[in-house]
Amino acid sequence: MKKNNPIIAIVFWSLVSFLTLFPIYWLFVISVKPAVQLFSTPDVILSDPYWGNYAKVWGDRLLRSYMVNSLVISTGNALLCTTLGFFACYALSRFKMAGKESLFFWTITNRMAPPAVFLLPLFLLMTQVYAVGDFRLLDTRIGMILVYCTFNLPFAIWTLRPTLDGIPKELDEAAYVDGASSWKVITEIVFPLCRPGLAVTLILTWVFAWNEYLLAATLTNFNARTLTTGLSEYVTTTGTEWGIMATISVFTLIPALIVFGLVQKHIVAGLTFGAVKG
Amino acid sequence: MQSNRLGWILLAPTLVILFFFGVLPFIYVVYVSFHQWNPFAADPTMIFNGADNFRKIVFDAEFLNSVSVTVIFVLFAVISELVVGYVLAQAFMKEFPGKAIFRTIHTLPLIMAPIIVGSVWKLMMTPSIGIIPHYLNAWFGISINIGTSPVAAFATIIIMDIWHWTPLVTLTLIAALVSLPPDPFEQAQIDGANKRQIFFHITVPMIAPAVVATVFIRLMDALRTVDEVWMLTGGGPGSATRFVGVHIFKEVFPKTNYGYGSTISVIVLYLTIVACWLLYVTMLAPRNKKD
Repeated sequence: MKKNNPIIAIVFWSLVSFLTLFPIYWLFVISVKPAVQLFSTPDVILSDPYWGNYAKVWGDRLLRSYMVNSLVISTGNALLCTTLGFFACYALSRFKMAGKESLFFWTITNRMAPPAVFLLPLFLLMTQVYAVGDFRLLDTRIGMILVYCTFNLPFAIWTLRPTLDGIPKELDEAAYVDGASSWKVITEIVFPLCRPGLAVTLILTWVFAWNEYLLAATLTNFNARTLTTGLSEYVTTTGTEWGIMATISVFTLIPALIVFGLVQKHIVAGLTFGAVKG
Repeated sequence: MQSNRLGWILLAPTLVILFFFGVLPFIYVVYVSFHQWNPFAADPTMIFNGADNFRKIVFDAEFLNSVSVTVIFVLFAVISELVVGYVLAQAFMKEFPGKAIFRTIHTLPLIMAPIIVGSVWKLMMTPSIGIIPHYLNAWFGISINIGTSPVAAFATIIIMDIWHWTPLVTLTLIAALVSLPPDPFEQAQIDGANKRQIFFHITVPMIAPAVVATVFIRLMDALRTVDEVWMLTGGGPGSATRFVGVHIFKEVFPKTNYGYGSTISVIVLYLTIVACWLLYVTMLAPRNKKD
């Protein structure tokens, strides 16, 4: 490879980073401004931050419980989708089942549905059909974990498939010859080899579930309400509380940031989404 | 070979969940699409009206407009993201100090919730409080208002989409570029190929699967976008940014025209599946079957 002047690369990337970071920086600036200053001349440089919004959001017990809900739902959903996606991909990549390729494509069509119209049937199903005695699936964490599978499970399957296809079948076969059970082969031989792909899947599904808004806004009202829905509660008819909204956004961003930072190294290796190396 | 029964057992939980939360709602939507129905009206009875909804859709200028706006948006956004993503991915292939930090920064937009991205851009672009209109006006004398100018609103959405999703394209392309074997490139250089020939005859064909995969996932998500656009422009001004997803949302919620909204959804879902299926069958599946 040819040699490059590192200065040019650094200048180039600083510029790109500035463009990338500015909206996030601006979000932060808005979050540390008192409401009265929002409409004055916008200053790019932050001076005299006001932490009132943070105190208000952190002190709000309701928002704290939303945050717990978000954490439980997205973690539960990411674990569920990655586990089921892993099993499904093992089946799709190792067995000669009739129609499995059509089935594989069908899973992703679940992600394509325009969400607005599917809210009502889900609402009706979760209030009236998926109910046992007094228990209804609507507005429960477990209900949201299952609903989020509609977009995350297909994504997990499509992200993991190339990883599993990339593991030679001879490995499994050799283990079977040695008398290992199917369960042992899957958990002790295939699973460890899939770790990078599984890590990426886990994180991306987590982020998608954490960020979801429309379904959460409709299918929860109190017990399982998530942080993103908390945002829209500050857009009211009397005006939007931008400062509070920005603060909640910052609170929403931080956990995602931490989770994402953990897998920076693996993210490139695992991101192939259906494109197998030839 | 083990029995296929184990395969079906492993697939079963996935199929069960997708059946109860994907297929059943879909059947319901198809059923409703043949009715006229306003579930929020005083008299919420479903009135069967055969294929009327489907007939109406063909002549529905608003819907057709939303389709064309969506297609233009997807073309602009996805092509720009591919070009920018490719340039950035190539730039990441070289070593330079601080590379890891720059890459982390570049991936940040990816983790932001669409609804937050929408509100951030709204905060930056809204005429009275936004910083961008303020400085464009103060420094260059350009006044833009996404609330009144269709072009400004449309451009803002495209820029927002590029900002939000280019990182995904960059990461996918890095993954593809990293896995390229060096031999063909060396061979081409020995044979005296120039940069452009190498790009079009070696790089492009070799990263094509990754590009198609990226287009696939971006196409799929762009067609169902609601949160970001709803937050930023609400589909306006007029119908300038009224993408299909937003159009359906408006049809169902403010207009409570549920039956017709279902019809549009069924059609849009059908078109999306066909487009993605064609892309998948022609570009992705043949390569997957190689082994």
